[in-house]
Amino acid sequence: MIDAKQVLHVARLARLELAPEDVQPMADELSSILGHIEQMSSLDLEGVKPTTHVVPVEGVLRADEAEAPLPREVALSQAPKHSETGFLVPSPQA
Amino acid sequence: MSVADYDITIGLEIHVQLATKTKMFSPIETYFGADPNTLVGPVDLGLPGTLPVPNAQAIHYGIMLGLAFNCAIADRLVFHRKNYFYPDLPKGYQISQFDEPLCGPGNFGGVRIHRVHLEEDAAKLTHAGSSGRIHDSDASVVDFNRGGTSLAEIVTEPDIHSAEQASEWLRLLRTTVRQLGVSDVNMEEGSLRCDANISIAPKGSGVLGAKTELKNMNSFRFIERGIRAEVARQAAILDAGDTVEQETLHFDPRTEAITSMRSKEDAHDYRYFPEPDMVPVVVTSEMVDKAKAAMPELPHEREARFEALGVEPGAARQMSWQPELGDLFEEALAADPAHAKALAALITNELVARLEDGDLTQSKATPASLAQLVALTADGKVSTSGARTVLDTLVASGGDPAQIIEAEGLGAIGGGDELTPIIQAALDANPDVAEKLRGGDMKPIGVIIGAVMKETRGRADGKEVTKIARGLLGL
Amino acid sequence: MAQSESITAAIKTTATEQIAAIQAGALDARELFDAYRERAAADPNNAFTWVASETPAELPAASTPLAGLPVAIKDLFCTEGVPSQSGSKLLEGYLPPYTATAVQKLIDAGSTSHGKTNQDEFAMGSSNENSAFGAVLNPWDPSRVPGGSSGGSAAAVAAGQAPWALGTDTGGSIRQPAAFCGLVGLKPTYGSVSRFGMIAFASSLDQAGPITRSVADAALLLSHMEGKDPRDMTSIGLREPIEVPTRTDLTGLRIGVPEELSGEGIDPGVRASFEAALEQAKALGATISTIHLPNAPHALSAYYVLAPAEASSNLSRFDGVRYGNRLEAEDGSLIGMYTRTRTEGFGAEVKRRIMLGTYALSAGFYDAYYGRAQQVRTKIVEDFADAFSQVDLIATPTAPTTAYELGAKSSDPLSMYLGDFCTVPMSLAGIPAISIPSGLADGLPVGLQLAGPAFSENLILGAAHALEQAIGFDTAGAIR
Repeated sequence: MIDAKQVLHVARLARLELAPEDVQPMADELSSILGHIEQMSSLDLEGVKPTTHVVPVEGVLRADEAEAPLPREVALSQAPKHSETGFLVPSPQA
Repeated sequence: MSVADYDITIGLEIHVQLATKTKMFSPIETYFGADPNTLVGPVDLGLPGTLPVPNAQAIHYGIMLGLAFNCAIADRLVFHRKNYFYPDLPKGYQISQFDEPLCGPGNFGGVRIHRVHLEEDAAKLTHAGSSGRIHDSDASVVDFNRGGTSLAEIVTEPDIHSAEQASEWLRLLRTTVRQLGVSDVNMEEGSLRCDANISIAPKGSGVLGAKTELKNMNSFRFIERGIRAEVARQAAILDAGDTVEQETLHFDPRTEAITSMRSKEDAHDYRYFPEPDMVPVVVTSEMVDKAKAAMPELPHEREARFEALGVEPGAARQMSWQPELGDLFEEALAADPAHAKALAALITNELVARLEDGDLTQSKATPASLAQLVALTADGKVSTSGARTVLDTLVASGGDPAQIIEAEGLGAIGGGDELTPIIQAALDANPDVAEKLRGGDMKPIGVIIGAVMKETRGRADGKEVTKIARGLLGL
Repeated sequence: MAQSESITAAIKTTATEQIAAIQAGALDARELFDAYRERAAADPNNAFTWVASETPAELPAASTPLAGLPVAIKDLFCTEGVPSQSGSKLLEGYLPPYTATAVQKLIDAGSTSHGKTNQDEFAMGSSNENSAFGAVLNPWDPSRVPGGSSGGSAAAVAAGQAPWALGTDTGGSIRQPAAFCGLVGLKPTYGSVSRFGMIAFASSLDQAGPITRSVADAALLLSHMEGKDPRDMTSIGLREPIEVPTRTDLTGLRIGVPEELSGEGIDPGVRASFEAALEQAKALGATISTIHLPNAPHALSAYYVLAPAEASSNLSRFDGVRYGNRLEAEDGSLIGMYTRTRTEGFGAEVKRRIMLGTYALSAGFYDAYYGRAQQVRTKIVEDFADAFSQVDLIATPTAPTTAYELGAKSSDPLSMYLGDFCTVPMSLAGIPAISIPSGLADGLPVGLQLAGPAFSENLILGAAHALEQAIGFDTAGAIR
């Protein structure tokens, strides 16, 4: 199961914030879901191969041929903050 | 203790930008120097709904790298996601390879290769720290032109034991990669980047110390200096009785300072998992055969071929690792294949010494003229020292060696007719030397040779002078 | 909006019938488009997040396969220059610079979208209550949910606001709302329709499909959506062209009823309707037998690891840098901006699943959760392979209940998740499954699910068509 400390660690990894009063309820909620999920551990899965994909596709590759890039003003148009040439972000070093 | 009292262990991680036209997973062209955010498509911005499709050419190049490093090539290519947040990573994860790399293990230039895998490059984040405001909320700019560029990461085993070896091996690597044509390996433009994992242990102790990772050194000079500085730093720590901490470090080539890159962030947890937007790519025998067929002769193969021609090992290596020298050698050899060993010696000793940084573009000598000069020397038409003078002229202004010899009066004095009186004069002028020589002590012969050379302005051959002198002395 | 009687009557016919009428000159495509657009704009059930402000000056010609008929498109499909928000506040107002392949293929076949439909945020939900743009009401009973996550698409078709709609299905998100709204919903074989341009929930499970008023409509719409796409490495297309279903009997067809998905947990009204449908199948010539999918009870566990794990990574791109809304941190920091943007931009269910998925992938837990779930997935694939060596199709109720009241399950995520237990196994196996109405229980539609082996769409559509004709359910029953 998952405790409050792990919840805070996971939230940080996911760049989410939990109000102090929401941490324990989140731990309880996730624990109840994980409790159900852990029914899987009753299965004998020794030697069973994992399935990542069910598609019977042998990866088709792309030829090294170029398409037109987006016009820069289009590329920047949906950004919350941008200059004429780039996307603006708070400095990671601040 | 000093640095010399420690065993040094170095492993390298090299990122090579592949010379594909388009990006690793996106059909957008990529090259150095374009205006910011003009080489960007929906996939490169991680727009919602976009999907990665791998570039066949990048995989082809990856296989060629594996073959060059004698690596085992995997029978399928599986990509994983490496999850972390950073503005240069538009999807919040990098598509890389995890437990099933394309190539590995291998061996190259005496260093074992751990693996070679493919991944996408990060975008460029420019920290606009110039504003000086600590809380400037928009202090950095992201340019996604480079983002998604195809990269091969080459990881060595910790088989390198000095800064010099690291930089020498990297030169071989760069030459090889360039020869393969899979990357332009231009360090200034960032298409070859190197991290070094460094640890030291008291000599013979066998106890490997904690390793540090020195990040992103962008020239051979910095790599050598950076490694040396880090080894010194670790030695000082151990000398003081402290322990080296495992961490990621940054080397500042201007100040030679090494600083920790450890952030305030908690330890990374990249949550690698198989990229669900892609299915595994089967690496077919056709793909491997195609890569094999595309392989040019590699430096170590060329070196062996040169040695088989009789070239001295040192010269053979130099001309293989510096392919422009090898090319010059082969062109000259094509004009006259008779004197491979002497030709190689002329190029690697005499010619290179006359050029700044060994830069051949400074020389006006044609390959055929070098071959001709070697042939004239071998035939005794010009002495070794005369040949040096001819080479000076060839490098400075080009021309035909025979004509230069003629014009500058450098023709060798062959046979006894011309030389005998000069030698006799030298013996007469140095009776004490002549006496010793007569007594069987050949050491002072240099005095006679020197005198003859002076008289002939270097056109005589030392061996010939000795031979004639012995005759004159009845030896 | 005063609409002519003839148009109101036309709206109650199926898309296939409308196309035939347009092509015969008996129905005006523009008038029909106008009528759908106006009905969508009125939107009594909050089914739409965007409606075209006017009918295009030029509609595709009547001679095109889709004859200019409008199609409602789930919000998460990217449509160039049109809001594509996946039901999220974080993406409110986002205008993509490109159009999803599935949508483009419909446009190429002569369709035009008149509206984008509401959905659970990032397709996470089974009731359409998790939308930043408000809950969607069920046209059969506005106090009830329409199902989810393609709830807006289902409600729009059920209420006669669109002749048909595009949905997406990750663990039942087409089939369950189709069941709740008395419609046909088809989740095709994974890989048959391109995912390029679909804002991802769980990449290895997401699949686009039609929500329609008839089985023939589902076949027609799918035939114009499917196909291999060089922009989606996981796309493969169907192996044979989709045929217009005409089958009226089930002679010789072996239908298996998995005990694990049809016994415990099914409401009595749903069970009665399901059993009646099985009787009808038998009457049409099918043989019915009980089969077993022994690992199916663990499908939900695997699903609620795999889908959130993939989602936690897929949703990392929503960081307030290149698109979407951003909230700066008070301290001006980058990590603060990320955290505030995501914490306030995502709804509670999305955050819960990101937490769950991040945890399942985190160091020390990967093997116990993600690794194990992938192994369970293998077992489920094997179960279906075994089953299809004995029977041609598998039948189950689509959902254990009919549409429930708004708010009934929203405070208990686990009980909401458990409602997906009939549809999730097929998603994990990547096999096609259709939901068709089997009747009403207490005045609310009940869905019957038919699933077949990968690429058996024609078989499924044929059988569904035969049953549809025999059952005679009125899919226009909620059109006012």
